[in-house]
Amino acid sequence: MKSWSNHLLAEPLEGLGRITLLARESIASLLTFKVAWRDLLYQIYFVGVKSQSVVLVTGAFTGMVLGAQTYFQFHKVKMDTATLAVVSVSMCSELGPVLTGLMVAGRVGAAIAAELGTMRVTEQIDALRTLATHPVDYLVVPRLMALHITLPLLTAEAIAVGIGAGYLVGVYLLGIDPTYSWYNMLRYTATTDVVVGITKAFIFGGIVALIGCYKGLYCGEGAQGVGRATTEAVVYSSIAILISNFFLTMTLGKLLHTL
Amino acid sequence: MIEVRDLKKSFGSLTILDGISFRIEKGESVVIIGRSGGGKSVLLKHLIGLLKPDSGQVLIEGQDIVPMNERQLLKVRHRFGMLFQSAALFDSMTVAKNVGFAFRRDRSMPETEIAGKVARILEMVDLPGTEMKNPAELSGGMRKRVGLARAIIYQPEIVLYDEPTTGLDPIVSDSIDKLILRVRDRLDVTTVVVTHDMRSARRLGQRILMLHERKIYAAGTPDEIFQSKDPVVRQFIDGVSDPKEYLS
Repeated sequence: MKSWSNHLLAEPLEGLGRITLLARESIASLLTFKVAWRDLLYQIYFVGVKSQSVVLVTGAFTGMVLGAQTYFQFHKVKMDTATLAVVSVSMCSELGPVLTGLMVAGRVGAAIAAELGTMRVTEQIDALRTLATHPVDYLVVPRLMALHITLPLLTAEAIAVGIGAGYLVGVYLLGIDPTYSWYNMLRYTATTDVVVGITKAFIFGGIVALIGCYKGLYCGEGAQGVGRATTEAVVYSSIAILISNFFLTMTLGKLLHTL
Repeated sequence: MIEVRDLKKSFGSLTILDGISFRIEKGESVVIIGRSGGGKSVLLKHLIGLLKPDSGQVLIEGQDIVPMNERQLLKVRHRFGMLFQSAALFDSMTVAKNVGFAFRRDRSMPETEIAGKVARILEMVDLPGTEMKNPAELSGGMRKRVGLARAIIYQPEIVLYDEPTTGLDPIVSDSIDKLILRVRDRLDVTTVVVTHDMRSARRLGQRILMLHERKIYAAGTPDEIFQSKDPVVRQFIDGVSDPKEYLS
């Protein structure tokens, strides 16, 4: 009974507490400028440049499928030229940030947890500490900052590619009128949709980095521990992205539309 | 210099250390012996604040490090160097980057000066010219030497060795022992070695502490320990798995 309640309640609460402390320590480290700038640059390259193919493919095919599906439904009620507007609003505020976040969680979150987890089991993190280096300064903050910077940029790229691909499918494959499509897209896509999407991406970046770092830094012993940490980093950050997306949609929607 | 008072540590329901107390003077060489899994490495990690005890004190020059947070501990750790059991080299960096890590993080020294210091310290550990090698290209003994070079480059006052000869052949083990003595004499450091290699213990220690069943079971000079008639100490020193063998 005790282990069951422990597994269900105490462990997740403990994890949440540790992630909060990790976030607090990271902010404190940022404010004292103890960041390893060279490592930050490498992490930006690793997260941003190395995720290009994943993000481009995700953005393009999502935009294409969304364009086609929307057209099939709208065509029945003679609203073909509203297709691109739906693609644009959906990509900007929901699909762009969420799908990019999930793809980056799979690629980068897993890599962070595996790298830090291996460093932990081979005592490299203890070695860092004996060399008077705080693991948060050296390992967590560059990854956190890199994801905060690059995920919004990758999201913007996915949005642009998604809309472009949706346009190509709609206009050249399905024969929608390009001028009205473009006009409707600009008319129905508000700046707030883009702001919401980019804000979400910024927050998702923090989620992926903190969960990946937490799972790596506190991973169990041996290869099994590293494997488990990697899987949990991807699963937990994906779930956290999906759940927080709902609350962000509600909060940001209310907030930005009342402004 | 280092004083441990009534140190207790458990992992879950498993008690590892139960009321450990000892004192190590400045410049002294102390070897901690004991069976595998007996808590020697755990004890060593408490001395540098890598682990927090459940209760008790660890005093470095009279300053209790147990209540300190990680940032306060970083300042205390400038006085320490530590060689890990697996050497714990950063596998994404070359030997030179590993050895010069502390200076590079400090950002107070120009790159040419760091390179000079790295070359000198690598020469001291008998590995000249290995700056550009990756840790994966090194043998077990070489990795330990690089780990030691990284630990002593900033001239700490205390050097901790966690099983420095484990997994090495007798000849390499002998060379590592000689290196530890060389570091002790040249840099005039306080040395704490955790080992279950009896030959190393005899050569390296001015004093030996034996950890047994969660407590310091015996303490004395190498001669006192090696001539002890206590059955537990004898069994460990002679490497006998079954005490009944003494009767036959």
